[in-house]
Order: sequence, then structure tokens, then C-alpha cells
Amino acid sequence: MIISIASGKGGTGKTTIATNLAVAMAHEVKLLDCDVEEPNDHIFIQPRITYTEEFGLKVPQVDMGKCSLCGRCQEICQFKAIVVVGKSVLTFPELCHSCGGCFEVCPEGAITEVDRAMGIFERGARDGLQFAYGSLYVGQVMAVPLIERVRAEIESGMLTIIDAPPGTSCPVISSVKGSDFVILVTEPTPFGLNDLKLAVGIVKILDIPHGIVINRSDLGDDKVKEYAKEEGIPILMEIPFSRQIAEAYSRGKLLVEEIPGWKERFIHLYERIVDYAGKS
Amino acid sequence: MREKADVKELIVISGKGGTGKTSLLGAFASLAENKVLCDADVDAADLYLILEPEIKDRQDFKEGHKAVIDKDTCTECGRCRELCRFHAISPEFEVDPIDCEGCGVCVYFCPVEAIAFPLKTCGELFVSDTRVGPMVHARLGIAEDNSGKLVTLARQQARKLAKDKGLNLILTDGPPGVACPVIASITGADGVLIVTEPTLSGHHDMDRVVELTNHFEIPAAVCINKYDLNRNMTETIEEYARDKGLPVVGRIPFDPSFTEAMVQKQTIIEYDASCNAAQAVQGIWERLRSTL
Repeated sequence: MIISIASGKGGTGKTTIATNLAVAMAHEVKLLDCDVEEPNDHIFIQPRITYTEEFGLKVPQVDMGKCSLCGRCQEICQFKAIVVVGKSVLTFPELCHSCGGCFEVCPEGAITEVDRAMGIFERGARDGLQFAYGSLYVGQVMAVPLIERVRAEIESGMLTIIDAPPGTSCPVISSVKGSDFVILVTEPTPFGLNDLKLAVGIVKILDIPHGIVINRSDLGDDKVKEYAKEEGIPILMEIPFSRQIAEAYSRGKLLVEEIPGWKERFIHLYERIVDYAGKS
Repeated sequence: MREKADVKELIVISGKGGTGKTSLLGAFASLAENKVLCDADVDAADLYLILEPEIKDRQDFKEGHKAVIDKDTCTECGRCRELCRFHAISPEFEVDPIDCEGCGVCVYFCPVEAIAFPLKTCGELFVSDTRVGPMVHARLGIAEDNSGKLVTLARQQARKLAKDKGLNLILTDGPPGVACPVIASITGADGVLIVTEPTLSGHHDMDRVVELTNHFEIPAAVCINKYDLNRNMTETIEEYARDKGLPVVGRIPFDPSFTEAMVQKQTIIEYDASCNAAQAVQGIWERLRSTL
């Protein structure tokens, strides 16, 4: 089963839910941090890294000895990543989506594809927990290809927990698609509710069963609960604000290891998800 | 800060989400004069929830294309499936609009021209009035891409609005993260305020946005929200910021007034200008104003 953790709004507690759920379920679980712009799970998991690779994306390299300046590469490129200027061809690798169009269209065979490094992918473990994440190099624009790399670690038949990035656009979609269940983490504030509704929009488009976890559940109003009730979305867990929890989080500590009772609550969260998703 | 046109733009970013960017920007909106507000967090725009804009002008945001296969013309030769690197075309020759990258390779190579490539409407851009001044905001359609372009468009609109109205400041609420939309929100800005929190995650994510602002050579300052949740970490972060040559413009205590203000659709200055958090925010604003 694949369980993704998402939220429209940032800072609602995705990492807290993902890491604690993974550690509570330890043994036979894989945690994938797909928030490649700001990965944080490793801070809490402290995995022993066993594999590191520099992740690259294919970008064009033009052999000007072969190029006839026909301009077809520029014509096919939707992303303005390759341009004919006078007697030369300029490429803008940071704009390239690696679609291969220029490479395919070049009649002279003047274009080859070379790797352009865009981030780091790492794999590791912590006791029985398997862990992988990606970290986009700062200054890189596109998160999705590295997210796809992290997701390539999904193994069928194994419980996989995916920590998605915040927002509602392409990086979120590519992180959560194909999941069996999505946990939407929110806080009971107007911002939390607004962004929760956007996140619900995504899981509805993708047609994935989902439930809500309310973090800092005692700071705000009742509107998230009213919304969940109207929409028929189950509230799976509530985490009240407490300085003890906030302080443990600030030091990179896990609730399930620092505060008695939380391991059981996260196992219970998993059991409820199994009920709703109809599989384990 | 950098000499440019007489309109200055300050962006609030954080790397990590949920550190209080929007609440802080709302408070600055109550304090600053002669400004335009711009919500550049187009993925999950929230500033409108406290400023309740009255929309004056609305335009569609059209960007990028999606492939659509005409089944009647298609001969199912399979060339498109062979070429598509995004696995967006099913064995039944239907294009998944979510997986389609809009690269047009299938359109170009289809031997029978069976693939259309319409321009997409992926969001909306608004120009509005609020009780604290004019505002530009946007809404990216759910599951849409091109957020960076919409951010750029919103900022251009805000600059135009400032010039038209003779206002000399743009206050922009930035998105979380470090990639496409964030880069689009800070390029060419006069200053960036990084809002962080005293947690290992907040510190880690701040390091990455500091690297980003250095990379683009944009002057940045740092403030720490909820500083009293871990005072040691606050000091570590402040020391780190000073080492990097970034001014620390203030600390804001953890204060449920922020949430209470939000529930009342108010900025914290409107809600209770005398509370500790509001006082701290005013200090931060004074320091930022003098550097801009």
C-alpha cells in the first residue's frame, strides 16, 4: 500500500505525520521524502545512508560541425531552451524539460543528449525502516524529475509512505499520483481550511481515498471540522498544540519516541487508513 | 539596497512553509504606506482571506499547451507513444492531461496530424482594492503547472499598478520551497525577508533559501517567528545569519493572537496592536523600512 502525506498549506505537519507514522510502523516500511525543494524527513529519521547518486536530466548538446542552422530544434522546443542566434545555437539547460524533441527532429544528427546535474538522490535505512529522498540543488527550477526519481523506489507489496511537498501544482501531483490513500494534514485556521480545500481538489481529480489529520487542533476555529463533515471526509487524528510537542519537533525528535502514547496513536492511524483504503 | 526604478519591492519567503509569511505580510500591509500588495503564492494563495479584496479586474492566465488526440484521424501507429518521455499516452491513445508535459513532440511527429495542441487556461489573475491598498493576486487552477510564469505575471502587474497609482512600494508574499515559483518571485526584487522558526527543519530550509538569495544576489534579512519555542535554536539561527552577513531584523514570540486575528479576518496590527507579537512585528517593519 502507498500512503501519501499532503497539504495545500506548508508547515501544517506533513513531515511530522510521515516520519512518525513510518517509525511507528517500522519494519517492512519505506519512507520516501518527495519534498525535494525542502526535504526534512532525514533530520528526524537520521538514516544511515548507503547509496548516493547525483541525479541528472538529459539536455541537448549541439555539434556545430554538423549543425546546418535549419532551426527545427528551436521550432519544436516549447520551452525556449534551444535558440538559433546568427551562426550559433544557444541552449538554456535550466529551461529544458528533457522531452527529446530537438534530439529527434535534428536532420543532421548534430544533437546529442548529455546529463545536467540537478540534485542528489540518497537511499538509506534506520533499523527496519527503508528511506530515500531527493534534494534539489539550489537554483534549479524543476522539481518534478527528481521527485520521479525518488518515486522509482516504490516497491509493490511493501508499505510505502510518501511525504509530498506543499502546494497544489505539478510537484504535488507527481508525488501523490498512484497512491492508495492520501492523508491531508491541516490546521484549524482560515488559511489551513482554504488550502485543505485545494488539496481535496487534487485528490478528487486523482480519485484517491483520503482523510484529514488536524494539527494544532486547539488553535483556531471549528470550520475545518464542519467542512470535513459536509464533505464526508473522515478526520483520522487530531494533534493538539503543546509546547512539549513543538519543542521535540524543534530538536528533530520524533513524537513516537519522545512522548508516551504516541506510537500507539500512530499505529491506530495506520489501522484506520487500512479500513478506509480497503487494503493494507 | 540596489538602485533601480523608484518602486521598491520586498518579498517575504521562508523555504519552509507555515512559518508565518502571510500573517507577517498582512501586518506589514497595515503598517506600510503608499504600497501595492502582491500575493505570489499562487499555489495556495491565502492573503485574500485576511484582506478580503474587492476584485476590480480579472484576466485568464493562459500558458502552455496540452496534446489532444483526435481518435477519428489517429491510425494508432504508435509513434507518439514511442516518443513521449512522460508516458502520457495510454495504449488506447488517450493523452493523460496530468502527465502531459506540453512538449509537443507527439504533435510534431504524428504522421497523420491527428494531435491538436490547444493553449491552456491554467489560472486567473486579479487586480483588487482592499482596505489597506490595491492588491494583485492570482489563482492557479488545481493540478496546473506554470506557477512560475503566473508569479512573474502577478509581479509585473503589481509593478504596473504601483507606477500607475504613483505608489513606491510593493509588498509581495512569496511561496514556500526553493525552485520554480520561488525563483520567479525573488528575481529582480529589491529585498527579501526570510521568515524562519527555531526548529532544525526551519534552520535547514532557511540555509537553502539563503543560498538561493546569494545565488541571485538579492539583499536578504532574517527574522525568527515563534522564537520562544526553542531559544537555543533561535540563537543558533541568528548566529548563522550573522555569519552569512544577513541582518537579523527581529524575533517574534509564539502568540495565539496570530491565529485569533486570522479567524477574525484581521491583520495582527488591526486585531491587537499592543500585543507582544504585534509590537515585535512593528519593530521588524521599522528596521526593514529604513533599509529599503
